[in-house]
Amino acid sequence: MQKIRVTLVTGRTIDQGATKEHGKLSDDYLNNVAVCELDPEDLSRVGIKEGSTIRVSTGHGKVVVKARKSRRTPHVGIAYMPYGLWVNQIINSQTHGTGMPSFKGIQAEIEAAPEEKVLNILQLLKKNYREKRR
Amino acid sequence: MNVIRNVTCPICGTLCDDLEVTVKDNVIVDAANTCAISDAKFMNYSNPKHRNLTPLVRKNGELRETSLEEAIKKSAEILVDASYPILYGWSCTSCEAISAGVELAEEIGGVIDNTSTVCHGPSILSIQNVGIPTSTLGQIRHRADLIIYWASDPYSAHPRHMERYTAFSNGRFQKSEWAHYVARLRGILGKKRLSRASELVLMKEAELPVVSGGKLPPKFETDKRKLIVVDVRKTRSAELADFFIQVEPNKDFELIQALRLLVRDEEVETDQVAGVPVSLLEDVADTMIGCDFGVLFFGVGLTMSSGKLQNIDAAIALTRDLNYRTKFVIMPMRGHFNVAGANIVSTWQTGYPFAVDFSQGYPRYNPGETSAVDILSRDEADASLIVASDPVSNFPRRAVENLVKNPLIAIDPVVSPTTAMADVVLPSAFVGIEEGGTAYRMDRVPLPMKKLVDPPQNCLSDREILQRILHHVKRLRAQRGIA
Repeated sequence: MQKIRVTLVTGRTIDQGATKEHGKLSDDYLNNVAVCELDPEDLSRVGIKEGSTIRVSTGHGKVVVKARKSRRTPHVGIAYMPYGLWVNQIINSQTHGTGMPSFKGIQAEIEAAPEEKVLNILQLLKKNYREKRR
Repeated sequence: MNVIRNVTCPICGTLCDDLEVTVKDNVIVDAANTCAISDAKFMNYSNPKHRNLTPLVRKNGELRETSLEEAIKKSAEILVDASYPILYGWSCTSCEAISAGVELAEEIGGVIDNTSTVCHGPSILSIQNVGIPTSTLGQIRHRADLIIYWASDPYSAHPRHMERYTAFSNGRFQKSEWAHYVARLRGILGKKRLSRASELVLMKEAELPVVSGGKLPPKFETDKRKLIVVDVRKTRSAELADFFIQVEPNKDFELIQALRLLVRDEEVETDQVAGVPVSLLEDVADTMIGCDFGVLFFGVGLTMSSGKLQNIDAAIALTRDLNYRTKFVIMPMRGHFNVAGANIVSTWQTGYPFAVDFSQGYPRYNPGETSAVDILSRDEADASLIVASDPVSNFPRRAVENLVKNPLIAIDPVVSPTTAMADVVLPSAFVGIEEGGTAYRMDRVPLPMKKLVDPPQNCLSDREILQRILHHVKRLRAQRGIA
């Protein structure tokens, strides 16, 4: 399976903003936030189609989300994920003395993950955080 | 049926104050002049599925319903027992609640930090370093003839910003560019349809036009309002702009410094900077110098990428350089509706805008040390109180691991990952819908938030909840003989 290197940028999208108001546990929110937008050229380099599950990994973790074909191109080598619980699984908490982690311009790798499912918020909380509780 | 006019919108830092909300039997049934996000909020705020309606306390690993009094008492105990608690959130509530929060932080010797720490915190650090030449949004609406959004996507994060204050607003001296935009949009849509059709017919991807061409469009010769967007990818806002400059990720600093050279009539001895041809930058610099009133709005694309506050230093320095040649102002695109208020209240009460540490008995401020993400990453906090915010979603994983392993109190109107992980959940009223108060717009203009409907039973205002917690904290500390 082809693994590609990208620069990951996170940010707001209008759909993330609007579906947040439908409730963060809603399916609308999941479908609009647990996604990664890629340039069509990058999609074909990974060998996947829009809507397939992909694994995005950095030196700080891995997360499985759905791939989306970017509507505004070209931005080959730049992947985009909306702010939210999913992308924060792979963000470095180091702030270099500023209080602000690097949420943009992160080196990441992307590969197809057809065998995996995108976890919803409660599943992700249970998997990554629940056992940390005292 | 009652129509309430001039309602201030409780979504983003644009703080639109021209909404018209229709209320019937204490329920909002319609809202006019809204954006997609505020419409979603007004139409869903009362949805019981995602609303916290009863106080909850965690017992044997499960969140159980409890009385308000019990939940407030439990919160006070957690805070008094803790030696280094964090009080975080604040940007989606009123200044009055933030003020109560500062008092609570001082009483318990905790750290009070607001969401600007992971938003425009670096901008504030930079403004403290070098100052900021800025103005109100009203000035920009009436006078600005060159509008630049740098690393900001107002279409997505501040949907009515362009319509109310910049390119598409009708100012006294500057007219709206709406009609030109509509004409251009039709052209873009036509091209898109054509490319989609050719994809279907030829079974291959059509070639799309290059986004950042080598020179500015002819419109820049005229004296009309101009809109430039600089970003790492073509955003929806970039599509609205007269011109889009695509900068390579993490290279904003270089691009701004190159523009500074050109504005000061110095030479850039290379062909391109940050992926942008220097010939184009020369045209952009000329346009900047040639405008009568320019404004540079910058988003968190500058504060969250490499360089952080230094990117802002450079952007402010560019604005300062431009003021030797023309009139130019700069403004951060503040995110949540009262994040500017959180900084202002914190500053007038403690001397510092965010990341204020009261553990020594007096306010200390050292972002990087006393900021929420750093304290949590170092695993120093032993309890947290979160108000109107969702750090479990928005902080990096390591910080969240340390946040949720210690007692966590969440005051929030809605169910979120933070309330799902909390030990105490206190349901509150939505500021700007069920509770009034004051909020500050991104240009630091204070505006009143209106109470439109009554909150559900058990949902007090953030301010009242905090005051009740403070009352219990004081009593507990007196009982235990803590000074």
